[in-house]
Amino acid sequence: MSPADATRQQSFFRSRLFTTDHRVIGVQYLVLALVAVAIGTVLSLLMRIHLVWPDWPLPLHGPILPEDYLALVTIHGTIMLFFVLTTAPQAGFGNLILPAQIGSRGMAFPFLNAASFWMTAVALLTLLSSTFVPGGAAISGWTAYPPLSAIASAGPGQAMGMDLWLASIALFAVASTASSINILTTIIRNRCHGMTWERLPLTVWGWFTAALLSVIAFSVLLAAILLLFCDRHAGTSFFLPTGDLVNGVLHRGGDGSPLLWLHLFWFFGHPEVYIAILPGMGLTSMVLANFSHRRVFAYRTMIATTLLIGFLGILLWGHHMFVAGLNPFASSAFSVSTMAIALPAAAKVLSWLATTWRSSPTYTTAMLFALGFVSLFITGGLTGPILAQPILDEYLHNTFFVVAHFHLIMAMAGIFGLYAATYYWFPLLTATRSHPGRLLSEPLGRWHFWLTLVGAYATFLPMHFTGLAGEPRHYAQLTGVPGAGGALSPAGALLSHTLPLNLHITYAAIFLACAQIVFLFNLIRSLRRGVVAPPNPWQATTLEWHPAFNPFLAATASHIQVIAVHRAPCHYQSSPSGETFLPQWEPDIVVQAALESAINPKPE
Amino acid sequence: MPATITPNKTEPERKRRLEDHDNGSGRRPPTDKRTGGGGDGDNWNERSRGHRGPYERLHRYRMGIFFALASDLMFFVAIVSTFFVNQSTGHFDAYNHYVNEWLPTAIPPILWLNTAILLLSSVTMEIARRNMFRETDVMDEWLGLGKPITRRALPWLSATIVLGMLFLAGQWVAWRQLAIQQIFFRTNQSSHFFYLITGTHALHLFLGIGALLAAFTGLYVSRQLETRQILVDGAAWYWHAMGILWLFLFGLLAFFQ
Amino acid sequence: MILTSTLPLVARLHVVAAFLGPWGLPPNASEHGLALDHHLLLNLWIALGLLVLIHVILGVGLLGGRRAEPADLWRVEYLPLAALAILFAFLTVKAERLWAAARYTGADPAALQVEVTGEQFAWYFRYPGPDATFGPTRAQLVAPGEGNPLGVDPADAHGADDEVTSELVLPAGREVDLRLKAQDVIHGFSVPAMRLKQNAVPGQTIHIHFTPTTPGTYAILCTQLCGLGHYRMNATLRVLPPDEFASWLASKRRAAP
Ligand code: HEM
Ligand SMILES: [Cu+2]
Ligand SMILES: [Cu+2]
Repeated sequence: MSPADATRQQSFFRSRLFTTDHRVIGVQYLVLALVAVAIGTVLSLLMRIHLVWPDWPLPLHGPILPEDYLALVTIHGTIMLFFVLTTAPQAGFGNLILPAQIGSRGMAFPFLNAASFWMTAVALLTLLSSTFVPGGAAISGWTAYPPLSAIASAGPGQAMGMDLWLASIALFAVASTASSINILTTIIRNRCHGMTWERLPLTVWGWFTAALLSVIAFSVLLAAILLLFCDRHAGTSFFLPTGDLVNGVLHRGGDGSPLLWLHLFWFFGHPEVYIAILPGMGLTSMVLANFSHRRVFAYRTMIATTLLIGFLGILLWGHHMFVAGLNPFASSAFSVSTMAIALPAAAKVLSWLATTWRSSPTYTTAMLFALGFVSLFITGGLTGPILAQPILDEYLHNTFFVVAHFHLIMAMAGIFGLYAATYYWFPLLTATRSHPGRLLSEPLGRWHFWLTLVGAYATFLPMHFTGLAGEPRHYAQLTGVPGAGGALSPAGALLSHTLPLNLHITYAAIFLACAQIVFLFNLIRSLRRGVVAPPNPWQATTLEWHPAFNPFLAATASHIQVIAVHRAPCHYQSSPSGETFLPQWEPDIVVQAALESAINPKPE
Repeated sequence: MPATITPNKTEPERKRRLEDHDNGSGRRPPTDKRTGGGGDGDNWNERSRGHRGPYERLHRYRMGIFFALASDLMFFVAIVSTFFVNQSTGHFDAYNHYVNEWLPTAIPPILWLNTAILLLSSVTMEIARRNMFRETDVMDEWLGLGKPITRRALPWLSATIVLGMLFLAGQWVAWRQLAIQQIFFRTNQSSHFFYLITGTHALHLFLGIGALLAAFTGLYVSRQLETRQILVDGAAWYWHAMGILWLFLFGLLAFFQ
Repeated sequence: MILTSTLPLVARLHVVAAFLGPWGLPPNASEHGLALDHHLLLNLWIALGLLVLIHVILGVGLLGGRRAEPADLWRVEYLPLAALAILFAFLTVKAERLWAAARYTGADPAALQVEVTGEQFAWYFRYPGPDATFGPTRAQLVAPGEGNPLGVDPADAHGADDEVTSELVLPAGREVDLRLKAQDVIHGFSVPAMRLKQNAVPGQTIHIHFTPTTPGTYAILCTQLCGLGHYRMNATLRVLPPDEFASWLASKRRAAP
């Protein structure tokens, strides 16, 4: 290797791999999430296929055993929730866009930022590696309830697989906390002149609230993992009751309580689902307003509801425990607080409706995905208040009804938010110092949107019905269940009743996954051959489109521009000469001049 | 198709150097108001104290540490709530009697001494921290009259490090004393908590001592005053927080078992 | 958007309706299930109504020509929110009353006592025998191979007459008091036809009570992930007319030594 090669390589490491540049870190996070979502999708397809064709042998592996199925569920859920829906919106687009949206040239702690990313990457590798250890990956689901998760003899995968799962999530928790501290400090300290709190774009409010929740919630998860780890390896019994007999192994020790894990876990877990969706909500508001050429309806209320959702989100973890042994009075209290959170969520929906109401918007792909977000959020959200009533949850808990609820509201809405972000910000994502940004293909985008929307509804709506018919979650098999009497037993009959619908769901899921190939194709093609984007392709008003934040424009500009903010975002106006928009960074003097010339086109 | 308003330049734009890494550390007076954070076009005169000037970076780090401490607080809140839950959990024995087998761990008396040491270390740390911001010394440094700040702060910082290590050694002695009484981590429900709480706290102090050592090295090595201030200030807030936390944890172990 | 999403839904509704009624619930066979079903269906129809309504509003808003943006915060935001608040409050109150009736109070003292134990991967049911008292269980005595899956102490007078079965048999029309236990990990005791679901948690005994009304056989499932055999951890509930139940119980007793 010549010395020149060596330096080039070194600079590659510096500039691409171990960089502290927030934009590159953002892209790194997005690539990580893309890899993760691809893996997670393949795993989910394997599950769906196994459910309806249990005898189908997985090539190179053989038949999918019940423990394989549960490992699939566990890794799928963990990857999707942590490494896709937490990582991509918050850390990925957060790094890429957030500093620019507040007029800052960087994150507050660049080194910490890079460290967070690499910890996240190691966490993902740890999780994936658990598949290859003796016993395989953990089988206790993303919620890892003890004693199943506390005792190695409780099942295959509960030995080393579980340890790796815990290590991975602990790492992830530390990384997310660090990244959230970074985000919070950046938003509080690095705003440019004129960027008051009320002028912050709603996306920033989403990131801010999600980061607050992360700081509060992830350390509780970390503590819970530490306790569980002690139970597994240090002979303690925080979560283990005396006399617990698992697979012939008797636990003697103090009076631990398995329910305690549920409390700690869901104290984290519920905020976690909001961490996943809040940035998407903010983005949806901004994108809808952008393409409707309107202000966001009731901007201040939107800020307030974002914060309120964050706050209430900490107070209702018990709604996951209505039938888990919670005191019935506590269930009632959690039920009320859960019903309460439906109101700020509904306020958001109302604002979205009002923003688009009779605006004849421009239907770009980003707009379509934002509208899809609204639709899916409504559809998934409406079942929330049903599940929030303990007496109804008694029937619905841990059935596919819940699976439908959270896949529509979190998984699908979250993914739609991510797609909206990708189509919207692609020019900023692809711009480099030497090349202007590119756009994703819009016709392909439209195809992608409609196929995905149809696929999403076709897959997840029927799950409500299999759930109502009684199909429980986490079942490795629906036919040939070996209980007393097999399929002829009442249980077997109940499960096999759901088979026709399940077959349909599996077809729809395959369809949905295939539709994403359109996106991948679009992505790869546009990276190289996409249309070159103008500086502000969407007539956006927020700061990330300021030329100073576009690496290409900044590199060619003759001087560094001063960045200051003069007004709230989404300043769109109708004037005699047509629609005008005013980015946040245009000074008012200019506006005055423009308005005057618009009013008297011909000065005497 | 909405029309864009093209900005016509009304005032000449200020030219600034992008990498203006100036933070009042010797090249410019520490009251220089031009240093900025990530934001640009910062009109320092309109900003409140702490949002402008040489302390910008310091305040940013301080805020980061406060958020980290808030999250750490939640970590301990989780552990302490586990303590209370497990303390009140019992079970039904073979004769269907409800029994609660919580046996409080008698805390070794040396913990009182350790507590005093830790409090003392917080005092020395605070003195070190305040010495970093003495205005006459800051001016001296700016004028190039050596590193008076380092000279003043070093002894106090060293004292803190020694006291901190003493505390850890004292905790070690406490664990040994319990071990001699055959009380280990796994012995019973309350000993789990004794070791867990003191252990995680000791781990935090361990990191704290790492931070103190970093500050110590920084005081020697760094010529930038602001870097030294940040190192000492950050370590100090962390150290104080661990001290206060210890008071609570100690109170919990001593009086609420 | 609306069309594409509801069309396959309608088609599927028919598939389901063919064997299970409009929403696909298995027929209810318990006393409290009637009100529950009624409330659930009410909720589902309301949700469906709102779903359609909101999508219609969204669609109309998108298809209509451009108008000035809505400005009336009261009409657009606060009034609908107030209406929703009232709706949700109404549903909550209704649900809470049902919940209170089902869970706030214990069973009638005259209720039939049955103990349900979940272990990997089977349900066991224990009837207390003529003395109406459950004998103590010991983990050391658990031996599924020798017909003592629960570890009932045969030397104990209360335990000797206990009946353990793997099928839950209940009389119609009499309240049952179930005490749920788990031997190893958390299991979910669920009888869809009885609209009943409650986790069994190791170390805890959780009571639920209900009254089966319609004789027949029903599925008992496990609804909390409990390990690799979770999917096959099912059992059968057989509800008998009271006289048949009495003779079943008598035959069981006779069979026992
Ligand atoms: C209208 C607001 C909402 C209400 C009232 C609500 C209510 C509930 C309730 C009561 C459950 C527990 C169901 C059960 O396990 O039996 C649940 C589960 C769940 N919800 Fe929501 N929810 C709402 C919004 C959301 C949002 C915004 C997200 C995510 C972005 C979300 C994600 C989830 C997830 C992931 C679960 C399942 C967790 C698991 O068991 O693995 N929900 N929801
Ligand atoms: Cu929740
Ligand atoms: Cu199970």
